[in-house]
Amino acid sequence: MTVETADKDERLKESSFVSQLLKRPELGAIAGVVAVTVFFLFTANPVMFSLSGVLNFLTPAAQLGILALGAALLMVGGEFDLSVGSMVAFTGLVFGVALTVFQLPLLLAIAMTFAVAGLFGLVNAEIVLRTGLPSFIVTLAFLFILRGLSLVGLKWATNGSTQLRGIRESVENDWLAPVFSGRAFTGLFEWMAGNGWIEAFSNGKPKVDGIPVEILWFVGLTLILTWVLLRTPAGNWIFAAGGDANSAKNSGVPVRRVKMALFVLTACCAALVAILTVLDAGSTDARRGFQKEFEAIIAAVIGGCLLTGGYGSAIGAFFGSIIFGMVLIGLTYTQIDQDWYQVFLGGMLLIAVLFNNIIRKRVTGER
Amino acid sequence: MSDAIVRMENIEKHFGNIVALSGVSFDVRPGECHCLLGDNGAGKSTFIKTMSGVHKPTKGRMIVSGKEVVFDSPREAMDAGIATVYQDLAMIPLMSVTRNFWMGREPTKGWGPFKQLDMKKAEQVTMSEMKRMGINLREADQAVGTLSGGERQTVAISRAVYFGAKVLILDEPTSALGVRQTASVLATIDRVRKDGIAVVFITHNVRHAMAVGDRFTVLNRGKTYGTSTADKITASELQDLMAGGQEMVELEGSLGGTV
Repeated sequence: MTVETADKDERLKESSFVSQLLKRPELGAIAGVVAVTVFFLFTANPVMFSLSGVLNFLTPAAQLGILALGAALLMVGGEFDLSVGSMVAFTGLVFGVALTVFQLPLLLAIAMTFAVAGLFGLVNAEIVLRTGLPSFIVTLAFLFILRGLSLVGLKWATNGSTQLRGIRESVENDWLAPVFSGRAFTGLFEWMAGNGWIEAFSNGKPKVDGIPVEILWFVGLTLILTWVLLRTPAGNWIFAAGGDANSAKNSGVPVRRVKMALFVLTACCAALVAILTVLDAGSTDARRGFQKEFEAIIAAVIGGCLLTGGYGSAIGAFFGSIIFGMVLIGLTYTQIDQDWYQVFLGGMLLIAVLFNNIIRKRVTGER
Repeated sequence: MSDAIVRMENIEKHFGNIVALSGVSFDVRPGECHCLLGDNGAGKSTFIKTMSGVHKPTKGRMIVSGKEVVFDSPREAMDAGIATVYQDLAMIPLMSVTRNFWMGREPTKGWGPFKQLDMKKAEQVTMSEMKRMGINLREADQAVGTLSGGERQTVAISRAVYFGAKVLILDEPTSALGVRQTASVLATIDRVRKDGIAVVFITHNVRHAMAVGDRFTVLNRGKTYGTSTADKITASELQDLMAGGQEMVELEGSLGGTV
């Protein structure tokens, strides 16, 4: 018995605060945000870190981030969805057609968009779960199918054009529109400008008149999904299903249902992005969401998700997406050529996977 | 013996025209470790799968706590208190010990949409159950991957016990382990048995069986050679029974009795 107590003390010393921190999957992404911030503090025009500058890079970060959150949870659950980018285009088309061709009220158009997305999510899930084929290849097929369908559908809806317009006009005065478009807290911003707390024009109107709603959706979803992942039985099932589906099943985890729900969630995240961006632009086209599936997966990987599943976090995908937004917009505030964007992102991805590999070995005690 | 918690009588199992089990009788009592020995292909796996509800016997009766039962699924066997720890352990290396311990049976608090994991309870129970089994975890969120093979086996056993196993079937728990790990698993078996749980210990290692077994049943080619108690049989007799007698004696002679 004395041996055991001695053993315990000796082990306790090993676990320092640093090694505790190193275990968190999102650590890499937070370190990345810090590194990118420092980089732009030195190279970029300080306007980038003013209120309007921050909102400027958070808006594309949010549009990508909502996709990345879905992708991250699905990856933790052990599957991939390469069709999310095409899903944005396709659900954008469904949404646009519902509003302009069918003249549906916004609420019904949104419901229809989510229903279609959920349906395709289920189709993806059914094929993957029934055949046991890798989701990578099944959803790659849907990457092309949905992109193609978006083109075909657009031409049908517009009599030959690849852009569907008139969306903003059809939702004017709709009570639900402020939830999905425009800016929130405009009153608060005016009040803050009135008190001189934020920058204002000479007529007293604030320079930034509110927070773009997609940022609020992004933050809200991050909080909810982080809670689900870490603090609910469903979250435990997601980790278990991705870590080892067979062991999870033998322990009573409803693996099938978990994976189906995750495919549907990912598709619905794409639908939400479609709704937000289509309302923002007032039109939709066939290139919407182009290659977003890769960016979403990269953001999830930077956020600590392992490609093999069973490990990762939603908060990590949140920071991973912010890195994307900062680099994309930040470069315009510097002397650096925009073309470096992709080089930068490729580099980040490479560093992230190398880093994740080390972390995984630390966590599992592999050598 | 009337106090057996599980009694299997003349169990036969056929797969098409293959007879995997031809009339096996076996029983296990609370607080004993009954070792089921047999070489590869002897029918051990088929037999424990019948006991744990994976297979239905072709013929024969199964009596649990004095009542005849027919299990349609492993879940029903689990509900009757028969838990099986298979070799893969149903553990996920990347997840913490606590999350593995509660996997599929997570404790919750709160209500409605705000129902969430009761992490405090989960961690406390896990830590104390592990301590009871002689494993001092560094922290409750330590990943299972950092544990040794023996420790993982012990986590799986204590999980089964905590969730109400009255009969614990262990499928070759020591087969992939080193000497020290084996000793720790055997110690766990001993501890569980003293808690009044019936242990069915499947192995083909006679020395491991002799170390903790109260009774021994040898399976060979789908049949039993009867059951013996620890004081009535020696290791070499068990070894011979497993190998089917004759040939093993010859083989052992040529190897100088080292098998």
